[in-house]
Amino acid sequence: MKIVYPHMGYMWICIKAMLEYLDVEVVVPPPSSKKTLLLGVKHAPEFACMPLKLNLGNFMEAAELGADTMVMAGGCGPCRFGYYAHVEHAILRDLGYQYQLVVLEPPQKHIGELLGKIKHITGHQSWRKVINGIRFGYHKAEAVDELEKTANYCRPREIKPGTTDRALQAALKEVIAADTPEKLPAARKRAFEIMRSVPVDRLRPVLRIGLVGEIYTLLEPFTNQDIERKLGGMGVEVDRSIYLSEWINEHLFLGLVKNKRSSKTAREKAVKYLGHFVGGHGLETVGNTVLYAEQGYDGVIQMLPFTCMPEIVAQSILPRVSTETGIPTMTLIVDEQSGEAGLVTRLEAFVDLLARKKQTGEVLA
Amino acid sequence: MYCYLGIDVGSVSTNLVLTGEDGTVKHSIYLRTRGKPIEVVQQGLKQLQEALPGKIKVAGVGTTGSGRHLAGVITGADIIKNEITTHAIAASNVVPGVQTILEIGGQDSKIIILRNGVVADFAMNTVCAAGTGSFLDQQASRLNIKIEEFGPLALQSTVPVRIAGRCAVFAESDMIHKQQMGYNVSDILAGLCEALVRNYLNNIGKGKEILGPVVFQGGVAANAGMKAAFEKALGMPVHVPPYYNVMGALGAAMLAREATNRKSTGFKGFGVADRDFKAGGFACDGCPNVCEVVEILESGRVIARWGDRCGRWSNLIPGEKIS
Ligand code: SF4
Repeated sequence: MKIVYPHMGYMWICIKAMLEYLDVEVVVPPPSSKKTLLLGVKHAPEFACMPLKLNLGNFMEAAELGADTMVMAGGCGPCRFGYYAHVEHAILRDLGYQYQLVVLEPPQKHIGELLGKIKHITGHQSWRKVINGIRFGYHKAEAVDELEKTANYCRPREIKPGTTDRALQAALKEVIAADTPEKLPAARKRAFEIMRSVPVDRLRPVLRIGLVGEIYTLLEPFTNQDIERKLGGMGVEVDRSIYLSEWINEHLFLGLVKNKRSSKTAREKAVKYLGHFVGGHGLETVGNTVLYAEQGYDGVIQMLPFTCMPEIVAQSILPRVSTETGIPTMTLIVDEQSGEAGLVTRLEAFVDLLARKKQTGEVLA
Repeated sequence: MYCYLGIDVGSVSTNLVLTGEDGTVKHSIYLRTRGKPIEVVQQGLKQLQEALPGKIKVAGVGTTGSGRHLAGVITGADIIKNEITTHAIAASNVVPGVQTILEIGGQDSKIIILRNGVVADFAMNTVCAAGTGSFLDQQASRLNIKIEEFGPLALQSTVPVRIAGRCAVFAESDMIHKQQMGYNVSDILAGLCEALVRNYLNNIGKGKEILGPVVFQGGVAANAGMKAAFEKALGMPVHVPPYYNVMGALGAAMLAREATNRKSTGFKGFGVADRDFKAGGFACDGCPNVCEVVEILESGRVIARWGDRCGRWSNLIPGEKIS
């Protein structure tokens, strides 16, 4: 059995660590690229959103590397994501790929449901080892998230352009190379030392922007056209509203790990504007925008994959949130047609707007 | 005399504006880009130099438009800003207190909302091209009228025909239909203007509070029919500034003046017009993204690169960082 799972940012680092620790053979698809997208676009229904197209491309590219079992997350609720695993599997079968499918669904009541599925993949391993494996993967996710957060802090403040990105790549290599839970703490320490060596100007004034929106689009830099790096280069400190480890803790561990940011606060904040679940991260998008406003951020950018229903609902509510809380918001819609120049123009204009507003201390009318 | 130069390189047109120290326009040039931005910028500089008295000194240069980086690299611009900012700056200087800017050019439409002199919100068309200048051009030529006659003819209409303006394709077929039914041209033109204005307000202005003073600019603002249709739809007067066509370049010149305050300019001089620039490019094979990397060469030497997703190429040239 050679397992493949689709890309979502740096998620592969965490799952690879977990599965290899459990002696499962893993195929990491090549990073999502134009080629991946082209493959996906060719075989997916046109109105499917970008995540499906890229997933499909990932699986096709991984098949060339010998993968034979696809692991996909599932889900329930109004968002189409819940049946992506099955749709993708059916498309691949029609194309002649011999994939076995394992759907990992967020447990409804108890983590045992999920453990059962993982046990299926790992076969003969003891429960104890399975749990250790999960913990190992989770700790890697945490380390990667912390590194990315540090990079988001450094980028707008770096003295020489490009140093943060180079440091981040080197730091990630350290974390990736740790192949046992015992080696991870030391690797983590080395990684943070690398990040700390980036020369930054701590006094430089920066703008702060919060990113909200659909999780895949937020986490996968190929889909969002590297928005965090682009904004960082424009002097913006970015906060992403969802990090992988937070999501894992909340949806897979049902909040087992304490002292982690949880989306509960966001959902509570959203109630005033949107009273019920709309699927995906629609509620969180609204709620996080309110939170960012309360925390004094300069602006919020929403990432919306074209045709994503929950995010469209949220988008229609954001203008009201913006008027009532005074935080400027902008929505960026991405799909395979999105050009880079258009995105950059919008980002620059938005950042300019925020900078001028901050300078003059004006309040939004 | 000290002057400031603003250059707006768009996909359809390229404009150059030279302002005095007080921001008044001394000279403006409007050229077709024709897919050759470098040549056009050089040609513009040459024309500008010929049109000017000898004693002029350019104290600052700003570029804007989709070709802003290119123009910036070639001329040694002091500031490279995108269209939203430059349009807003120019409009609020020409019409003090402006709160809404409607801008329709050849390819793009946008709306900019200002409050207290600061850009508070903006929106641009994304995919749909309905309501842009090129569409009006096409329809005028299909009806066999000169684009200059379009506006005056539309104004003669007493009962504009209702035209479906959801998108350019609909509008065109509906127009043909109305023509075949025998409506007169001026009513059809007026109807078309109203349809495009409806489309603009629904798609681009959606959800934005349009307060006066309203400024209408961009190439399409020359069309009196469009101005009248906006006034009718909004129920308030709409100003078309005298330099409606070159507001981006004007704003860039104004920003150049701000940027060079107590600093010397990076302007490479009018001699740039005679230098040998080339835009080259290649497809990188470093990874499956296969980025189209653009290179700007001056006398065979690479002076700037962009287009790579990973920074592998654009970071190679020290000191020539873009944007
Ligand atoms: S420029 Fe960078 S991202 Fe683009 S194809 Fe080359 S290596 Fe890949």
